[in-house]
Amino acid sequence: MNSSIVVVVLAAAVAYGTPLLYAALGELLAERSGVLNLGVEGMMLVGAVMGFLAVQHIGGSSVVALPLSVAVAAVAGGLAALLLAFLVVTLRANQIVSGLALTILAGAAGLSSYIGNDFNLADNPARHSFGPVNAFGLEDVPIAGPVLFAQSWLVYASWVCVIAVGLYLSRTRPGLNVRAVGEAPAAADSMGIGVARYRYVHTVVGGAFAGVGGACFSVALTPQWVDGLTGGAGWIAIALVIFAFWRADLCLVGAYVFGAFSALPLILQARGVTITPQLFQALPYVMTILVLVLVSSGLGRRRLGAPASLGVPYVREER
Amino acid sequence: MTFPEIRIEKRLKRRRWLLVAVPLGSLVVAHLAIALILQATGHPPVETFRRLFDAAYLADGALTSTLISATPLAFTGLAAAVAFRMRLFNIGGEGQLYFGAIGAAGIALLLAGQSTPVLIVAMVLGGAAFGAAWAAIPGLLRAFLNTNEIITSLMLNYVAALVLNYLIFDSLSYWRDTSPTGQVFPQGKYLPDAATWPVTMASSVEIPFGFVLAVAVAIGVWVLYSRTRFGFETQVIGDSPRAARYAGMRTRRKIVAVMCLSGAIAGIGGASQDGDFRHVLDAKGLQQSNYGYTGIVVAALARYNPFAVVLVAFLLGGLQNAGFTLQGADFPSGLVGVMQGLILFAMLGGELLVFYRLRIVRPARRAAAPETPA
Repeated sequence: MNSSIVVVVLAAAVAYGTPLLYAALGELLAERSGVLNLGVEGMMLVGAVMGFLAVQHIGGSSVVALPLSVAVAAVAGGLAALLLAFLVVTLRANQIVSGLALTILAGAAGLSSYIGNDFNLADNPARHSFGPVNAFGLEDVPIAGPVLFAQSWLVYASWVCVIAVGLYLSRTRPGLNVRAVGEAPAAADSMGIGVARYRYVHTVVGGAFAGVGGACFSVALTPQWVDGLTGGAGWIAIALVIFAFWRADLCLVGAYVFGAFSALPLILQARGVTITPQLFQALPYVMTILVLVLVSSGLGRRRLGAPASLGVPYVREER
Repeated sequence: MTFPEIRIEKRLKRRRWLLVAVPLGSLVVAHLAIALILQATGHPPVETFRRLFDAAYLADGALTSTLISATPLAFTGLAAAVAFRMRLFNIGGEGQLYFGAIGAAGIALLLAGQSTPVLIVAMVLGGAAFGAAWAAIPGLLRAFLNTNEIITSLMLNYVAALVLNYLIFDSLSYWRDTSPTGQVFPQGKYLPDAATWPVTMASSVEIPFGFVLAVAVAIGVWVLYSRTRFGFETQVIGDSPRAARYAGMRTRRKIVAVMCLSGAIAGIGGASQDGDFRHVLDAKGLQQSNYGYTGIVVAALARYNPFAVVLVAFLLGGLQNAGFTLQGADFPSGLVGVMQGLILFAMLGGELLVFYRLRIVRPARRAAAPETPA
């Protein structure tokens, strides 16, 4: 039963959805504070390459090397985001152009490729990688076992992150402040909330999440380095945040749905089913557009959570 | 913990010299940063810059190759500039270029046997129509349902790429080479010979017809935006949509029109890819080039001025061509992207200094505000 195609697809959906989930959680934090960061793909690639670099050069057993490499990836993603935050928060540059600039600077033909090339990372497979871990001994449970409990540590950690981000945004004082900053920065400012500080912190933490998402590829899913390893996952993550109505719990669902769509054509083809793969691959994008239309119609807007000041720089003197 | 705070204050007087000094300063800063990266990773910066410049503009045939790289960037740059001027953030230039290439290739195949001038006109119109149609989707959604065009146009890039893949790799479409070899190695059907766009020679430099066309489009855009009512209205709508509505301007129509114009220009860029350079619907080559995204960089660097777009496209085209030519073991890959990104970062950051000044304020103890709860 556990080798039936449905189970295989579901397990792959969780595995392939995890990098999307990390990146989307990061983008969620940034967007909730009002910063639309289109540099996700770049931050993921920088995280991926730095994580891979770390795993190749940190000695010791995988127990030491793997967590450290994820930490390095997070720091790298965070630093890339800091660059963007300085530009869009302090210098009030256009967020769209700045985000694209970050993706070009860091992306497949930029810094990540530069680093990969300079350290000859493409020559060897990863020395350590995250493998499946039998969680709570539940691996052999029908269906749920292989899907949920035979995944890597990165998958289990992502669940903790979903809960943490969800609770943070809905149940804590700083979390509510972030939402205020994204919704009505002038009002938040007059309440004594530091708009710039909140935007910096959440953009940078968001970048760290994106970096970890990138590391999911380079030290777990496809433990190697090639230019453009993430293959557009960053852009899907941006779509995912909208698809999930800016909610952490729905990010999890959406990530696995999108993960299934990207895994399905591969699995079906491997089993000799002839399909048009493009149809499945286009679904996440088309669904995102539909959701966006729904969100922007008057009916949806009131109930769903698009931050009202998303993409708008805050200038105190001009409020 | 208190840090010295950077305060941003509006300049009281406009200083004209800053309009020149700030971009130049930004360029210098960007190149210093790149030099630092090169030095830190053991590449000699001056030598690397010299090789880049040489490969881009001085070496034999360098200008010809630079124009090949610059042509698509000029089109996508103009496409972005047209929309961004009205604060319509069409980042779908990539997909609109693909659709333009699909349309132009389809028409060229359909009209096989016609003369070159007929084919050129048909391909340009076909490319423009297909690009405009693809751009109309986010345009209509934005105009009538108020859907954010940034994300929709971005998503449609991926859909367009998948359409391209479908046409060439996963179907026996009209565009695909269906001969026995084409079935094994999927590729597009070659366009008729008459569909090859002419080249103008200027001393030893080959100027592709597409580049001439891009210059013509730039002039057209300039006339449209600075000499017509249409241009004036788009400017007003961009600056203040509310004022435009009160003045009775038809905002929705204009949004759709500008998006379609933007898409049409990107689509002509796609047609030029077919006619000038590839002579086939090159699904893989188009997707690897990222013309649409780089075009936005071009437009931003040119501050959305159409003539500056052509100039910046030429400069960045040189950079891309040099990166491509120098590709190899002793040349750092990814350097071109790093350079483009850093130059854009420096320019974007510098822009603020034209109208504002930075003042560093040391926190005074008695003036310290109560800490906000974090």
